[in-house]
Amino acid sequence: MENRKLILSFETSCDETSIAVIENGDTILSNIVATQIDSHQRFGGVVPEVASRHHIEQITHCLNEALETAKVDYNDLSAVAVTYGPGLVGSLLIGVTAAKAVAFAHDLPLVPINHMAGHIYAARFVDQFKYPQMALLVSGGHTEIVYIESEYDFKVLGETRDDAAGEAYDKIGRVLGVNYPAGKTIDEWAHEGHDTFNFPRAMEKDDNYDFSFSGLKSSFINTVHNAEQREEKLDTKDLAASFQQSVIDVLASKTERALADYPVKQLVLAGGVAANQGLRDRIEKDLNQKFSNVQLLMAPLKLCGDNAAMIGAAGQVAFDHKKRTDMSLNAVPGLSF
Amino acid sequence: MKILSIDTSNAPLAIALVEDDQLVAETTLNVTKNHSVFLMPVIEQLMKMASWTPAELNRIVVAKGPGSYTGVRIAVTTAKTLASTLKIELVGVSSLAVMAKDPAELTNLPVIAIFNARRNTVFTGGYQMEQGKLVSFIEDAHMELSELIEKINEKQQPVLIVGDILPEFKNQFETNSKFITLGNEQSSFPSAFQLGLMGAKINPVSDIDSFVPDYLRITEAEMNWQKSHPGELKKSYVREV
Ligand SMILES: Nc1ncnc2c1ncn2[C@@H]1O[C@H](COP(=O)(O)OP(=O)(O)OP(=O)(O)O)[C@@H](O)[C@H]1O
Ligand SMILES: [Mg+2]
Repeated sequence: MENRKLILSFETSCDETSIAVIENGDTILSNIVATQIDSHQRFGGVVPEVASRHHIEQITHCLNEALETAKVDYNDLSAVAVTYGPGLVGSLLIGVTAAKAVAFAHDLPLVPINHMAGHIYAARFVDQFKYPQMALLVSGGHTEIVYIESEYDFKVLGETRDDAAGEAYDKIGRVLGVNYPAGKTIDEWAHEGHDTFNFPRAMEKDDNYDFSFSGLKSSFINTVHNAEQREEKLDTKDLAASFQQSVIDVLASKTERALADYPVKQLVLAGGVAANQGLRDRIEKDLNQKFSNVQLLMAPLKLCGDNAAMIGAAGQVAFDHKKRTDMSLNAVPGLSF
Repeated sequence: MKILSIDTSNAPLAIALVEDDQLVAETTLNVTKNHSVFLMPVIEQLMKMASWTPAELNRIVVAKGPGSYTGVRIAVTTAKTLASTLKIELVGVSSLAVMAKDPAELTNLPVIAIFNARRNTVFTGGYQMEQGKLVSFIEDAHMELSELIEKINEKQQPVLIVGDILPEFKNQFETNSKFITLGNEQSSFPSAFQLGLMGAKINPVSDIDSFVPDYLRITEAEMNWQKSHPGELKKSYVREV
């Protein structure tokens, strides 16, 4: 009990209110996630003001539940960690405000966490981190390759120039009549279809680590609309498979390029789209065949989407690195590494 | 009883420490709308100067809206989290009542507080003193300015208006009603001391977790959805996974 290091962490960057208690940076004592998806599905996507209103309804309930489930009290805690960006400003503010109140009330250090660093630390629950390390971060708002030379030192090698991968899934999902967020359903359909449409693989051969998914999205939408005009019915499973193959090919080839240029000990795959089965299979196969000395750390399926456990894992490391903020902490919606 | 009272429902930020109906410390900022940056540092500083510790607090009193959605949420989130985590009492008071209290006491006139809600609409509520207590005579609501003026004219009684008296509002009040006196600059700021005094006399909320702001207006997305999906509204849209 003596050397127990406990972090209470808050995550409210988008449409999940989540509070967790993490022990020693690698053990989940509790991870309460209240999702608003059912609400935003009514509107076909996240409505920021609605999201903020749901967060404030949930926040203290989640807090009490996180502590009760973990069976810990405020006296046991070492610090409070909170996502302060990137994300929706109104959503972020609920977590930031609540975390500040708790830190003040119990005189606890407050540790500010970048949501994307948090996504990487979802993989910390799989194994210890070794450096240098590479991360492929694919989520609803981001698609980036991050090089981590040493602990908590993030450098973005490349990123999407337009849509994020998850965003592209959600947009083409809408065209196929799939409810937001569409990624999981498209992934399932893709496994029942074949890549017959051969959509473009944007920037695949370019000598950089950047991505672009808006061309793929447009090409997909045009294909579907043209067929509709001809009153021709396209196979949705094949459409899904073709779209997914294009996304995976580009993600995998850019990751390979980065791994070839920057030798690393580990590759982390994280973010909401890291739940994609096709992507997980492909990256695993590539690493086995071409980079067998690189250890693959895939975020557990349950921790790919937004959650406070990952923020707590990042929080412990940031805390050890003496990252602190005072009571003036604000939300930074456009925060980058 | 040690009370911390907070109002960030509009541009000003008002915080007070009140003990047994006495003012211990009070700060009003009218510099920016960045309540997220200033609220907690000001609380921290006032508590330090008063030599109060968080554990000594007995009650948090918060202006629960209406007002700027983000502003109200910052105060209410701070208040409900402090109350919950310190296991102390929480009281919510109408932000309009906070604005109306001082002028109602001073003038003995019925007072109508207004906050600009854009497109010539206001969040408004009417309050007057009765036997030393502030009581509501126009319930807090969101309405067109013209509707408020109609209500005032129906009552056929002089009223004092305080709050966001924009030039265009002033014009409409003056041309459309002979019952209206407009408040001065000073009456357009919330007093956190008053908020604390009012909150001392109100029963605390029974369930802190379900305490939310009084927005007085549903979101546009929600309104449109409800219109096109009559009778489909569910009780809760959030679930734990
Ligand atoms: N199996 C899957 N295949 C592809 N995409 C998926 C899958 N499961 C979820 N997604 C996508 O993941 C995204 C959500 O991920 P996440 O919650 O990390 O994003 P976010 O938090 O909104 O954005 P960010 O983390 O960039 O701020 C959605 O776009 C969703 O469609
Ligand atoms: Mg995310």
